[in-house]
Amino acid sequence: MEQALLDTDIGEAELREEADALIEALVPGLQSEIPVDRVVTSSPGLHEAVVGLSMRRARAGATPTATSLAVLALKEALLKAVQRDTRDAEELFSSAVFMNRLLDVAGALSFETYVEGREEIIRRQSQQLMEQSTPVVRLWRQVLAVPLIGTLDTARTQVVMENLLQAIQDHEALVAIVDITGVPTVDTAVAQHLMQTVNAVRLMGADCVISGVRPSIAQTIAQLGIDLSTILTRATLADALAAAIKLIDGPGPDGEEGDGR
Amino acid sequence: MTSRRQPGVPILRLGDVLVTGLLNELDDRAAIAFTEELTERISAEGARGVLIDISRLEVIDSFVARTLMELTTVARLLGARVIVAGMRPPVAITLVELGIELVGVETALNPEQGLAALGWRQAPQPLEGARRGTAR
Amino acid sequence: MALPGESILASRGAKRPARSEGRRPPAPASYPVRTEEDLLTVRHAVRAATIEAGFGLVDQTRVVTAASELARNAYVHGGGGTVTVEYPRDPRGRRGLRLAVKDEGPGIADLDAALTDGFTTGSGLGHGLGGARRLMDEFSVRTGPGEGTVVVVTRWTVR
Repeated sequence: MEQALLDTDIGEAELREEADALIEALVPGLQSEIPVDRVVTSSPGLHEAVVGLSMRRARAGATPTATSLAVLALKEALLKAVQRDTRDAEELFSSAVFMNRLLDVAGALSFETYVEGREEIIRRQSQQLMEQSTPVVRLWRQVLAVPLIGTLDTARTQVVMENLLQAIQDHEALVAIVDITGVPTVDTAVAQHLMQTVNAVRLMGADCVISGVRPSIAQTIAQLGIDLSTILTRATLADALAAAIKLIDGPGPDGEEGDGR
Repeated sequence: MTSRRQPGVPILRLGDVLVTGLLNELDDRAAIAFTEELTERISAEGARGVLIDISRLEVIDSFVARTLMELTTVARLLGARVIVAGMRPPVAITLVELGIELVGVETALNPEQGLAALGWRQAPQPLEGARRGTAR
Repeated sequence: MALPGESILASRGAKRPARSEGRRPPAPASYPVRTEEDLLTVRHAVRAATIEAGFGLVDQTRVVTAASELARNAYVHGGGGTVTVEYPRDPRGRRGLRLAVKDEGPGIADLDAALTDGFTTGSGLGHGLGGARRLMDEFSVRTGPGEGTVVVVTRWTVR
């Protein structure tokens, strides 16, 4: 138990409570008819106690070793308890074997839960990161912008499109600017994802401008033979905004006036 | 032929513009009947513009997409400009992922903007005095 | 030695057994595709299933559209068939929706060609298959001349 204590900031009272919960659940588990190898995984109370303990540690950032040890440390405690009851060598030995089998399963379950818990955290964080890294900002009346940072893969494109299209609907935006200043390279896959985004914006009935096309990226696009000719592009976000305002204010085919509403 | 169409959105006429819409309950036969009826009306009434409100459509599959594209082409041949207005964001994303870009189909954010593009203006705000007058 | 009761309560509150996310998934259900009206029925049933499986609005639309494409393929090219809806779980516990679209038609002779995009030609075949593949996470086809066609597609709730 001390080892586990060293590695985490879980307080002693909490540890004690966890140990109590485990032992409390152990009694009905052992009294049941379930074979020893499956007591931990099949007895609901015990399963929950081990899983709960491991999940909490995973979330609190404890190491996997500390988490497993927290369960396995019970071996020593239980053995000492048995020693107080009996001195008979044979009985002690069979108890030790029994406890080992019981708690090894518990240790494995604990470890498995721990890994699962960490994976859940990672999944959630990467989803959050993806959503936070694609904010849609309103630059002007009826002009929105998405500054993209990092690469543009399929999952990211889906999040960008979802956020952008929803914002277009909410703000009745007429122009959306996709700024790729923060995108390190544009290959065919990235270009395809950009095209998808532009097409989705157009289907909504809005225009799309791509800004932040650096000279090196423009060269790459030309060398790869990617056709972006149907897309309005600008070197900087400022240029794109100017173009967007012109699109809105200009006596375009729809005759929309800037101050119309 | 027109009687077979599901009870849905009628085709209204505003000057030389026809205004209609599609409902979510659109099976293939209804889609075809819709195209036929609209084509007849464009031709019979010499419409110059057609506004189709699709904001009720929750799904556009390749069949409905093709119907819209064909309708646009036919209308253009008859001298009318078609604007499809109000596509929902999930529908736009799904169409793009399907690989359908509705080539040649003009879109607008909502029916008002579609109508504006076809030359219709929102009525100007009534004058202060007039408003006061009606309030009493 | 005794910590404030609060922290213990807080940790208790956080206690949540893994994989206990509620109810049993519904049993698989099959829908015939014999008439044009059946296509609408399939769309409705799949929409309800996506809501049941916990999909967001965009994913609902993806799955319903894919179902519409595949069911139409079975109706037009396979002379009718069935759509079966299942609610699988992956090893990580993610919920999903699986559609198996089956017909006893002539089968697809050239699968690669059928999967190649041919949007502008407007031909139904190929478009539906390739489109459905892009809209779903997993995709498999079993077919051959004279053997009919089974397309199985799956989408998971969290990307």
